[in-house]
Amino acid sequence: MTNKKVKVATVSLAGCFGCHMSFLDLDERLVDLVEHIQFDRSPLTDIEHCSSDCDIGLIEGGVCNSENVHTLREFRKNCKILVAVGACAINGGLPAMRNHISLEDCLNESYVDGIGVENAQIPSDVELPLLLDKVHPIHEVVKIDYFLPGCPPSADVFWKFLTDLLAGVEPSLPYELVHFD
Amino acid sequence: MQQFIRQLAQENDFQATRLLKILRAIQARYFYIPKAAIEQLALMLNISRTQIQNVIEFYSFFHLEPRGQFDILISNSITDLMVGQAELINYFAEKLGVKIGEVRADGVVSLNNTSCTGMCDQSLAGLVNGYAITHLTKSRIDEIVENVNKQLPLDQWSRDFFKVEDNIIKSGLLLNETPIKGAAIKATFARGLMETLTEVEKSGLRGRGGAGYTTAWKWKYCREENADQRYIICNADEGEPGTFKDRVILNAYADSVFEGMTVAAAIIGATQGFIYLRGEYLHLYEKLEAILVERRAANLLGKNILQNGFDFDIEICLGAGAYICGEESALIESLEGKAGIPRNRPPYPVISGYLNKPTSVNNVETFLAAANIAIHGGEWFAAFGTAKSKGTKIHSISGDCAKPGIYEYPFGVTVQTILDDCGATDVLGVQIGGPSGTFISNDEFQRKIAFEDLATGGSFIVFNNSRNILDIVHNFSHFFAHESCGFCTPCRVGTSLLKKQIDKIVEGHGSAGDIVALEELCQLIKNYSHCGLGQTAANPVLTTLERYPEIYQSMLKKISYEPGFDLDKSLETARRLANRDDAAAHLAQVEE
Repeated sequence: MTNKKVKVATVSLAGCFGCHMSFLDLDERLVDLVEHIQFDRSPLTDIEHCSSDCDIGLIEGGVCNSENVHTLREFRKNCKILVAVGACAINGGLPAMRNHISLEDCLNESYVDGIGVENAQIPSDVELPLLLDKVHPIHEVVKIDYFLPGCPPSADVFWKFLTDLLAGVEPSLPYELVHFD
Repeated sequence: MQQFIRQLAQENDFQATRLLKILRAIQARYFYIPKAAIEQLALMLNISRTQIQNVIEFYSFFHLEPRGQFDILISNSITDLMVGQAELINYFAEKLGVKIGEVRADGVVSLNNTSCTGMCDQSLAGLVNGYAITHLTKSRIDEIVENVNKQLPLDQWSRDFFKVEDNIIKSGLLLNETPIKGAAIKATFARGLMETLTEVEKSGLRGRGGAGYTTAWKWKYCREENADQRYIICNADEGEPGTFKDRVILNAYADSVFEGMTVAAAIIGATQGFIYLRGEYLHLYEKLEAILVERRAANLLGKNILQNGFDFDIEICLGAGAYICGEESALIESLEGKAGIPRNRPPYPVISGYLNKPTSVNNVETFLAAANIAIHGGEWFAAFGTAKSKGTKIHSISGDCAKPGIYEYPFGVTVQTILDDCGATDVLGVQIGGPSGTFISNDEFQRKIAFEDLATGGSFIVFNNSRNILDIVHNFSHFFAHESCGFCTPCRVGTSLLKKQIDKIVEGHGSAGDIVALEELCQLIKNYSHCGLGQTAANPVLTTLERYPEIYQSMLKKISYEPGFDLDKSLETARRLANRDDAAAHLAQVEE
């Protein structure tokens, strides 16, 4: 039982992969970490779907389109603990700046009226996910268990959070790790 | 316009502290504050453009885009909703041919909601170009629409629309006294200033705004502070939904209030006083000005008052639609011509208030009581009430009762006594002290109104058993989100999140975890907010959640989680623009 590795899945929704990059800043500590964890669905492994018995899901980015909703639901369904990682997952972040502008105006600016647009048309293909009219933090779409603040959260935040969970204690982030100014 | 603004600035001595007064005049004339006016004012008052813009954006009654020539606001306080506000404002909008919140294409009229206008005993109430209108019914709305469409000037409208009743139902110690015209000033100087302060201390008088700080101590600290100027301010920014007693006191006992201010000024050594009148009470402005003129003529104000070698005068300053300005340090900021953002305390206003000088800010009712105490002495007042709450309290009673209006009781009165007197039956509960106060259930009607038990600023809203607790909480959480001044994050973001979370539960999207999240949010807002607004904004939820957990639970779905917004609907725009309606272009609200 003690030897069974904890399964961790990760994904970036409407995010910039900055949180994932910060995760990689764990550097040599990653070697210690993989003694105890095994990556499941993640851009790090290229595994496309979550196994049904994932332990921890780390979600970067907010929810901006229908595909994000499906992905988030897959994570919720298959992960025992779901974690909002970084400002975009927690608040919508930078992508949510479009919330002040109507979706129609956004799309027109990008695909119809913008400078240098050729063959102006709003993309339409069943393969393309449709945009939600607003970008939402992930806890507005599924139940989230923990929130890791930061843009991005530092490698130390990931380390403290995951080692706490692995040690079987309630994760807590000391003030220094969530103090940004 | 240049000429108009130059003259305005001149009339106000080019003082930036008069910015609100100047902006009120510009808004009234042009129906908005034009950019050119901002630029000109910035030069003339020697302040930055952004500072003026900040003030305009802060106050609800100032606008950067034109409102209609008739700007109609309808109060959406809970007592208005109880008489069918939602239906009536929609009726109004339809008849006027304007959307709520917008200006009609011809620019003649605009319509919007506004926070409680202090007319809860004569709902449905509203404001037309700042002037209070009451008892709005469909037929009255029809008449107003006709006037608007004829573009009939406001002074030619039927006076009935603007009739505001005092509705004093039960008078006590203070309301039985006639308005005071000099007697308190004479008594004060005959007895001696320090001796009168001692009488006020003996009376046990505590601030009537709700917080209940001992009045005599406030005056004493203000007097003791070393300074070349001190100020007296009367807080008439009565914004707590359900409170309207200050309106009635100012309409019927203004002389006594001014007299109380004068006595206070003599005691603390102030030569200038202000009465900060909420913008919603514009209808009282001229009457109060006339009384001030009379008092000056009678030498009750001005130089060498009643030959006592004491100079004092009072200026009336109107607010512009901001609940937060009832908080004393926000009120002072507003008086200084700035956005009403509460200051850090300490230093308290008695040390550093208006223009950083020692300032005593007291409630309208406090001055009324003080003036009477100055005449009759401290024991006269202290003979009533309880050990820690002396004297009487004036209540504004509204909601589900036969006789809404003004009631004065000695402290210590039970809620049941008040309910019996106002003719309330089949009562579900009472909101005491307004949304920032406490909701009590019908198991608690033997509780007493006093600082020892139920402290209140005077708002008393009765709800009968046909009312839904969650409707009340819904209204109050929207109120606080609207009125948060935006300065501190726990309140600015917290009150909006609280509103969203309550909406989610009320609209039936809630599930088990949502109540836990709601409680956590409430504690966060309460514990981390900068001022009283945020610290009390969660009270409606906390006090009802404690008493009626089952009502909240009954709204929850038996699933682990559901989004608080309509997922499929939020794809609608994208579907239309992409011209799609395939299966992948839709989302289920809950995962299958």
